[in-house]
Amino acid sequence: MVPVLELRGLSKRYPGHTAVDGISLSIPRGAFYSLLGPSGCGKTTTLRLIAGLEAPDSGEIYLNGESISHLRPYERNVNTVFQNYALFPHLTVEGNIGFGLRHKRSDDIGRRVRETLQLVQLEGKENRYPSELSGGERQRAALARSLVLEPAVLLLDEPLAALDQKLRKQMRAELKSLQRRVDITFLFVTHDQEEALSLSDCIAVMNQGRIEQIGAPQEVYLRPRTRFVAGFLGAVNWINGAGVRPETTHISRVIPEGDVRVCPATVESSVFLGNCFHVEARLATGIPVIAEVPRHDDTYESGESVHVWWRTSDELTFEHESE
Amino acid sequence: MKRLLALYAVIAYAFLHLPLLILTVFSFNASRFTVWEGFSLDWYAAAVRDPQLVEAAFNSLVIAVVATVISTVIGTLCAYGLWKRGSRWFSGTLYLSLVTPEIVMGISLLAFYQWLFRFFGARLGMHTVIGAHVAFSIAFVVVVVIARLRTFDATLEEAAMDLGATEWQAFRSVTLPALAPAVGASALLAFTLSFDDYVITSLVAGVDSETLPMVIYAMARRGANPVVNAVSAFIVLGLTVLILAAEKLRET
Amino acid sequence: MTRLRLYFLTPAALSLTLLFLAPLAIVLVYSLMNRGVWGGVELPYTVENYRRLLDPIYLGILLRSFLMAGAATLACLLLGFPLALFIARAGKRQSLYLHLVIVPFWTSFLVRTYAWMFLLRDTGLVNTALLALGFIREPLPLLYNSFAVLVGLVYGYLPFMVLPLYATLAKIDRSLLEAAADLGARPWQSLRRVIVPLAAPGIRAGAVLVFIPCLGAYLTPDLLGGSKTIMIGNVIQNQFTSSRDWPFGSAVSLAVMAVVMALLLGWLRREKERLL
Repeated sequence: MVPVLELRGLSKRYPGHTAVDGISLSIPRGAFYSLLGPSGCGKTTTLRLIAGLEAPDSGEIYLNGESISHLRPYERNVNTVFQNYALFPHLTVEGNIGFGLRHKRSDDIGRRVRETLQLVQLEGKENRYPSELSGGERQRAALARSLVLEPAVLLLDEPLAALDQKLRKQMRAELKSLQRRVDITFLFVTHDQEEALSLSDCIAVMNQGRIEQIGAPQEVYLRPRTRFVAGFLGAVNWINGAGVRPETTHISRVIPEGDVRVCPATVESSVFLGNCFHVEARLATGIPVIAEVPRHDDTYESGESVHVWWRTSDELTFEHESE
Repeated sequence: MKRLLALYAVIAYAFLHLPLLILTVFSFNASRFTVWEGFSLDWYAAAVRDPQLVEAAFNSLVIAVVATVISTVIGTLCAYGLWKRGSRWFSGTLYLSLVTPEIVMGISLLAFYQWLFRFFGARLGMHTVIGAHVAFSIAFVVVVVIARLRTFDATLEEAAMDLGATEWQAFRSVTLPALAPAVGASALLAFTLSFDDYVITSLVAGVDSETLPMVIYAMARRGANPVVNAVSAFIVLGLTVLILAAEKLRET
Repeated sequence: MTRLRLYFLTPAALSLTLLFLAPLAIVLVYSLMNRGVWGGVELPYTVENYRRLLDPIYLGILLRSFLMAGAATLACLLLGFPLALFIARAGKRQSLYLHLVIVPFWTSFLVRTYAWMFLLRDTGLVNTALLALGFIREPLPLLYNSFAVLVGLVYGYLPFMVLPLYATLAKIDRSLLEAAADLGARPWQSLRRVIVPLAAPGIRAGAVLVFIPCLGAYLTPDLLGGSKTIMIGNVIQNQFTSSRDWPFGSAVSLAVMAVVMALLLGWLRREKERLL
């Protein structure tokens, strides 16, 4: 099947630095696809290139198999949810949602606006101005404004970043269920690995304008191809060249058996985090290590001599070493 | 220190406002001399009855309205263009037009018009005055509008284009509504500039396009005349209202 | 994006070229020509008009214009600084006090100049009042002299000084003054050693904005000055009207423009914040 969106060798250079450095990826229809990376890694620029808000220096963008690289933003069947939402302050919610339909001269604008309002649960708020909406409502209005046009791909630029912690988690769930219901391909840009892991069917991890790894959430988390990916997706203990995640790092008073590696260590601190303890220990070689110890396990005191161990199968290995 | 400063401010504001205030008060004086002899509207009545003054006021109004419309449109478009991407040459020219002494601008336009008229059988008149007023108003409009654009969120325009609006439609339906107060303010300022101008206007006006400032100037030169006080007070009041409205618009 | 920008800039480019740059270019050409018999311009080209600028009469007027503009600028600075400081410290009333400066500034320059004629002339309010109170027997010659011109210029351009001064003074963090006081500076010292140095960009902007129009002033010396106080602007006007010596008037205009442009460029080069 033809991917709904495909990038081939896309590059964008600015004076002094290369924002996007020859990236290629293809997004299957109906996917929830994430571009994950630290700020300044080029993920937002990639999104803007796809939207047509920036022109690439080289490379091609294909939408449903046809090149759209030469098209103006208003000629592309993709829509963007901006980070600050960019709702038009002089238009009501209804005016904002109907904006695109009016410019595309669609029929039945009223009905489609009403349906979309219902979809994002903003009924009754249609006559409000953006300044009269809460953060979550604004976010939903911005989503509705783009969704109503039924784009081939919806581009979302950190749409949850402006919300507070609690609301962010709630909107995350809503976003996921919304995507399933409307059956539109989402290309989601974020720097929050938890967000990317929990929402996506597929994640492309970006660093310094390049894609480091593409894969399903489990794959990039459990089998990162580079140290960067390993470190960016979660905490890692680096012990003698091997990477071990804190949740697979164990502590015990006796030496465990089986296919494991063991290092003697001293407990430095133990912090209760509700569902588990974070135990910080220092190996005899001086390397600091963090282990996630389940609540019902033994408790450890600082200064105590223990064994830090892990299964060799839990070690992260890197075929493509980037460092 | 603080009290001293406040006392000084009172004196400074008196210096700024008293001359115009006194002029206004004496425009209601019954006497034609600078001695108060009671309240009267005689000089206002005399001003309204003076056909030369009325015609000049009408000319000024027509010129100001036309020049304002033209310079506001041109200046707003120009501000938008420069906001998209600056141009040193453009900004430099605008700056220069802001600081060129009026007398220099006036004589250069006069020389230019006279030169042009060698090729076209035209004469000095309202149109030459309007051209001159447009020339010096554009920069003011650009300054006011571009200040507003600097606070405008450019992603709103991107959002509009993303939703299917062309550049022009995005400008028309998103940017322009946001600029409206600044455009209004700049129009009021352009109107004031045009309505007030004497130096440039007097050089490029024809016999049939005498403006109000030109008549006031001629009357003021001739000597004490309370009618001038009345007309002046009227102008001060009218323009004050306009300027306050413009400031209000600029702040919204 | 670039195409719309091009369309939008075109009308301004055309009108500025036609109504501002082309006229200046004509003046440049005229300044290099001879005066015609009937008042127009004639070939051949010559630099005689520029040489005439060095004539002691015109050199004197040029010098007087510089002195007058300088004096007006200094007076505006001395009068405007405390006022700007007052406004910047006025808290919630800043906007009101600022408007009290802006509004009279925008009302007709001609009317504001006329107001001083009304006050200062022999039969004006000041003389009438002083005569009535018996302080004087003869009207004082208040009008048609350098002092009247200076008053008119200061009155006309004081807001040009106050506004940029206010803009920089309002930005000064109050804690800096508190820190200065804490370190033992008396109010006068912190004014001299903290406020004035920090307000330097505003002082420069104000000085340029006042000096330039004062140098090219025409209306103020024309209405409030006498035959002995004419400034360079009056010379220009005279050459284009009664004297009908356009080439010389053009040369004088360009001399003024050269000074104005030098000041503008020097100032723009220094400042980071831009109006345009």
